[in-house]
Amino acid sequence: MRRRLSLRPSLAGRRTIALASVALLGLGLSACGQDGEEPLSDEALVIYSGRNENLVAPVLEKLEDATGVDVQVRYGGSSELAAQLLEEGENTKADIFFSQDAGALGALGKADRLETLDPATTGKVIEGFADPKGHWVATSARARVIAYDPAQAPEVTDMTTVDAVLDPRYKGKIGYAPTNASFQSFVTALRVTKGEEGAKKWLEDFKANEPRAYDNNILVLDAVDSGQVALGLINHYYWYERVAEKGASSVNAKIHFLGSDDPGALINVAGAGILKGSNQKPSATKAIDYLLSKEGQQYFADETAEYPVVAGIESTKHDIVPLSELGRSSVDLNSLDSLEQTLALLDEVGLT
Amino acid sequence: MRSSRAPWILLGPGLVTALVALLPIGYLLVRTAEAGLERVADIILRERTLALVLRSLALAGTVTLLSLVIGVTLAILATRTNIPGRRLLAVTAALPLAIPSYVAAFAWISAFPAVSGFGGTVLVLTSCCYPYVYLPVVAAMRRIDPAVEEVARSLGRSPWNTFWSVTARQLRPAAASGALLVALYALSDFGAPSLLRFDTFTRVIYASYRSSFDRTAAAVLSLLLVVITVAITVAEARTRRGSERARVGGGVARRPHTVRLGALRWPAAAAAAVVVGVALVFPIASLLYWFATGLSAGVDLPHLATSAASTFWFSVLGAVVCTALAIPVGVLAARYRGRLTSFIEHASFAGHALPGIVVALALVFFGVRVAQPIYQRTPLLVIAYAVLFIPAAIGAVRAAVAMSPVRTEEAARSLGSTPWQVLRRVTLPLAAPGIGAGAALVLLTCMKELPATLLLRPTGTDTLATSLWTETGVAAYGAAAPYGLALVVLAVLPTLALMRSQRAGEAGLS
Repeated sequence: MRRRLSLRPSLAGRRTIALASVALLGLGLSACGQDGEEPLSDEALVIYSGRNENLVAPVLEKLEDATGVDVQVRYGGSSELAAQLLEEGENTKADIFFSQDAGALGALGKADRLETLDPATTGKVIEGFADPKGHWVATSARARVIAYDPAQAPEVTDMTTVDAVLDPRYKGKIGYAPTNASFQSFVTALRVTKGEEGAKKWLEDFKANEPRAYDNNILVLDAVDSGQVALGLINHYYWYERVAEKGASSVNAKIHFLGSDDPGALINVAGAGILKGSNQKPSATKAIDYLLSKEGQQYFADETAEYPVVAGIESTKHDIVPLSELGRSSVDLNSLDSLEQTLALLDEVGLT
Repeated sequence: MRSSRAPWILLGPGLVTALVALLPIGYLLVRTAEAGLERVADIILRERTLALVLRSLALAGTVTLLSLVIGVTLAILATRTNIPGRRLLAVTAALPLAIPSYVAAFAWISAFPAVSGFGGTVLVLTSCCYPYVYLPVVAAMRRIDPAVEEVARSLGRSPWNTFWSVTARQLRPAAASGALLVALYALSDFGAPSLLRFDTFTRVIYASYRSSFDRTAAAVLSLLLVVITVAITVAEARTRRGSERARVGGGVARRPHTVRLGALRWPAAAAAAVVVGVALVFPIASLLYWFATGLSAGVDLPHLATSAASTFWFSVLGAVVCTALAIPVGVLAARYRGRLTSFIEHASFAGHALPGIVVALALVFFGVRVAQPIYQRTPLLVIAYAVLFIPAAIGAVRAAVAMSPVRTEEAARSLGSTPWQVLRRVTLPLAAPGIGAGAALVLLTCMKELPATLLLRPTGTDTLATSLWTETGVAAYGAAAPYGLALVVLAVLPTLALMRSQRAGEAGLS
């Protein structure tokens, strides 16, 4: 039996449309379905934030008062948002990119997607905490530290260099988070200070010491705190937040800062830049100035336990050594965008 | 007898579907073309690239094989045997689909840090993916005409022989379409390999965005993934050849004979319980543990409720649109053969193994250029879901249509019905349970989607997946657990409704 192919065209056409309209109906419904949904506005100050909503939403909410315009924030991962901004190009509605790390800002700067900031803005921060080309400025900083269990490793207080963790006595007793961006920055710092061969040797020795990999810094700190490992390589603020949350007496783990020239004491930054083509440049500048104001810096010092990047601000909640006393790290923050080679090296050594 | 020419009423919408599915590939070609031949060759010919291809294929192959074995076995146990707790098994065996792979992966490594690398990734992906095989095979089992098996038995074939030559053969389209989804999911998943530290293609594509912001390398590697995907879908289509003429008799299903397991009843039940325990109970127990530890911090109920509501809303839209787009392609693939049909089918699958971030950036690229009014609004997010998940719906539609009798459609045509009337009155109603299963699959998958949702969601809207991401970003696992649990509960509901409707349909027919 053969199928009859005598379709009446008008009818078939109408029915094709009918079927297609089922799909369109869904889209049509959805367009008017969500009442609270507001598209990004040209009149508002639009911020793409790679920093976590739970950490920065309170300070970003204050920007409406500081700038006098509506503020709309989209949260995401720093590098995903950087990729999104690169794809959006000149069509972007974003005015500010607020990033968890310098690398993502550096990538946008390199692609000529960032405005040069007002020297009055970049001049607010401690020297070395703004992009030399003025594309972005750091808003807060974090230090790599060694967390340790005082019962198992009281001698950590005498450590001056991260090389000390290669001591065989810590075999199987070091916790680290290989996929964490701050750990990877530390490895980049190793490459910068020790050279490629030196860094490779360090990582091979580290691997031979059988470190235990965890998914993130919090779990590393958990492991140190419970005594599963003696040492952990983490960022400083995780410990301060733990202490603020549970009280100093309930936290068994302690942290130790290494010498300022050591890659193990690397300072990483979060920062912000203004997108090229932003039609809100004055408001955007005001917003970044607010993040660098006494109030804004106090927020980071108190609420996220990070280092303020403006001189003269001290945390009222956490007993944090001021950035100026830590001494300047010898590692150039801009060299941290050579992360690809770092990942290749980690892969080669087998620490992934 | 099949007609060689498909009606335009199917081809037209089918082409639309193919074009939607090809959007990411268009984007990847644009990005790759910028690189120049030398750079492309350089990226592809790297030693590391070949190693990645092999590792990813080994992972996808192992996970697919295990999922096939587990999915088909559980489907048979749940539909055809007197295993103790059969009804419970029938429902719970499908539920691991409600658990996002990143949640399962986290449950495992947080309890057993040693579960990592290849073995750990296989464990987690298999336990999350086998329902892709289980569900369509159960649906197919319920649509099989027991008369064919009875004929085989009456002609002297042994039960085993009957199973392999008759039953298994009829299950092949459903099992193969499920296996295809598993293979492509295993290739595209980022959450599990990244948490369990197994380097796959997807992980490296993400790394090239994350570490060097290199969109070209990511695009080249993604295109390579597309080539692999097309090869896999073509291979899958080959296995379907010769198994399409599934049903000859009338469209009436009866309850088939139950296989008595005898002494094997309890061992079989124990094995099934282990699978469900590993894939479902353990991750949920882990979520409950984290929930209990985080309870002191309090649960933001209003935010949980709005996140759940938007998850449900976006996913329902995603499922409706995906299913509508998949129906013409599924019917074409099941009923007509030809170059155009085969192009439409393979094009619809081509981007399915792409990581979510790649599809998301493709839609960012097209969104800002040609669809600015819907950019970062619900319609574009729903289109992203369609691009990502159409194949799940197509597989289900195709398998369901392939199992309904061609002759009924031919009779309707010979009595003067138009192709549209045949589709509406005969083909779709007969295939309805399978299409429903496909829609449910898409619904569940949309709920768990993260990378595209993050970049394309309407500004200020959170879904359960994005809230979970936000909470785990500051590593507050206790605070994240309520969102994980809500996600599982929300995903469990449609699964239960689906199993129920299938049983009701079965009872109605008998």
